[in-house]
Amino acid sequence: MIRVQNLVRRFGDFTAVNDISFEVPKGEIFAFLGPNGAGKTTTIKMLTTLLPPTSGSLELNGLDPARQQNQVRQQFGIVFQDPSLDQDLTAAENLELHGVLYHVPKKVRRERSEMLLKLFELWDRRDTLVKRFSGGMKRRLEIARGFLHTPRILFLDEPTLGLDPQSRNQLWTHVKRLNETEQVTVFLTTHYMEEADRVAHRIAVIDHGRIVAMGTSQELKERTGKESLEEAFLALTGTSIRDESANSADQLRQMARMWRR
Amino acid sequence: MNAIYILWLRELKKYTRSRAQIVASLGQPLLYLLVLGFGLGPVFQKAGNGSYLQFVAPGVIGMTVLFTSIFSGIALLFDRQFGFLKETLVAPVPRLRIMIGRTLGGATVAMLQGTLILIVCLIAGFRPVSLATAPFGVLFMALIAIVFAALGTAIGSGLQDMQGFQLIMNFLVLPIFFLSGALFPLNNLPKALSFITRLDPLSYGVDGLRAALIGVTQFGMTTDFAVLCVIAVGLLFFGAWRFSKIEI
Repeated sequence: MIRVQNLVRRFGDFTAVNDISFEVPKGEIFAFLGPNGAGKTTTIKMLTTLLPPTSGSLELNGLDPARQQNQVRQQFGIVFQDPSLDQDLTAAENLELHGVLYHVPKKVRRERSEMLLKLFELWDRRDTLVKRFSGGMKRRLEIARGFLHTPRILFLDEPTLGLDPQSRNQLWTHVKRLNETEQVTVFLTTHYMEEADRVAHRIAVIDHGRIVAMGTSQELKERTGKESLEEAFLALTGTSIRDESANSADQLRQMARMWRR
Repeated sequence: MNAIYILWLRELKKYTRSRAQIVASLGQPLLYLLVLGFGLGPVFQKAGNGSYLQFVAPGVIGMTVLFTSIFSGIALLFDRQFGFLKETLVAPVPRLRIMIGRTLGGATVAMLQGTLILIVCLIAGFRPVSLATAPFGVLFMALIAIVFAALGTAIGSGLQDMQGFQLIMNFLVLPIFFLSGALFPLNNLPKALSFITRLDPLSYGVDGLRAALIGVTQFGMTTDFAVLCVIAVGLLFFGAWRFSKIEI
């Protein structure tokens, strides 16, 4: 479903993604783990047509994200690292807008919106403006929206950041269920190792733009001789802390947070 | 087509839901209209130019449309910040359609806001001279709205933070307003000023509004119309190009 070969992305002198290759078969839940700045989000941006690769080849369901942008976009759903809902619209309107942009026929749009809102326990709040939602509710709505157009692949970029354990637990339960019932391939990144351990069929660990290990959680633990995935992860990537400099988007985000209070 | 419609509708929904903002945005035009309208009225009258309220009303309408439409484009900055922009940029819709939907939505909102000010002007005592040419006023409002919504989109596509926003406000939007002849007649100006006002697209918008509403014009309604059409097409292309270059 996803095939990546010798993918490279440079920003000036800095190589964010350095010659990585992997494949994700249909229906698999694949976790992409790595410290901050390891290249996870850059890889997702390239897979989701937002960034052209410097070199290497990409394939999503047989299509090339760098060239067949619109066809590729129809194939996947994505939940970004930070929220991407329209706060001034209601939950139902956000879904409706998404459905129209993804060419979902009206009848299907209505049916699937209802099904997904009920599944993610937002049906009663469908006519509430999103700005009145809690963080967990917004996340649930974004994931519901990602499923609306029946994508073949769902990208989840740190979807549980800042959520309480209850919301995280519920969120993964739903993702697993939809993975099974709709055969959606899931590509996720997270900093919570126990989540990857629990939901992912296979895991790739990326550091400094390179894949340093790939396999099932069990295989990674055996390879490093550690008890838990977290320990295995630290053994693979070291214990030094990576500092990313804040870019203008981060600064804006901080300001947005201030305004919201 | 559906994508354009739904994004246009989004702009309208956001507008009708922000009642506080609608009322707030009437404040500044009202000040210009009432304070300048009545304050400068006697001087203007003595200079033999007739009623200043009659003169300034089309200018204030033009100003309202300018501010509303340019900010609708710059609102891209907020969509970038609150993340919604990404949702539209990964959708399987050509960016041109997304840009057109947004821009037309912003232009429509600006026209609604301009109409609201027109009504306020009528209440304050403004009277269009001829009902036959008054409908052309709507046409000029639409042209001003499209020109500046497209310009706003072009600017908003490149804006990364609020500092840039201040810069645009002080060095672009306010000069466009003050140099447009919205507040003073464009005849008998010093050469340099006269030249600059002719480079300002809003000059032709306000002049067109005056031609339609009070039958006074500097350039002639046909010239105003032609110039605005050319600028609108140019800026739509420029805005679409800038929008297609957005990277997140």
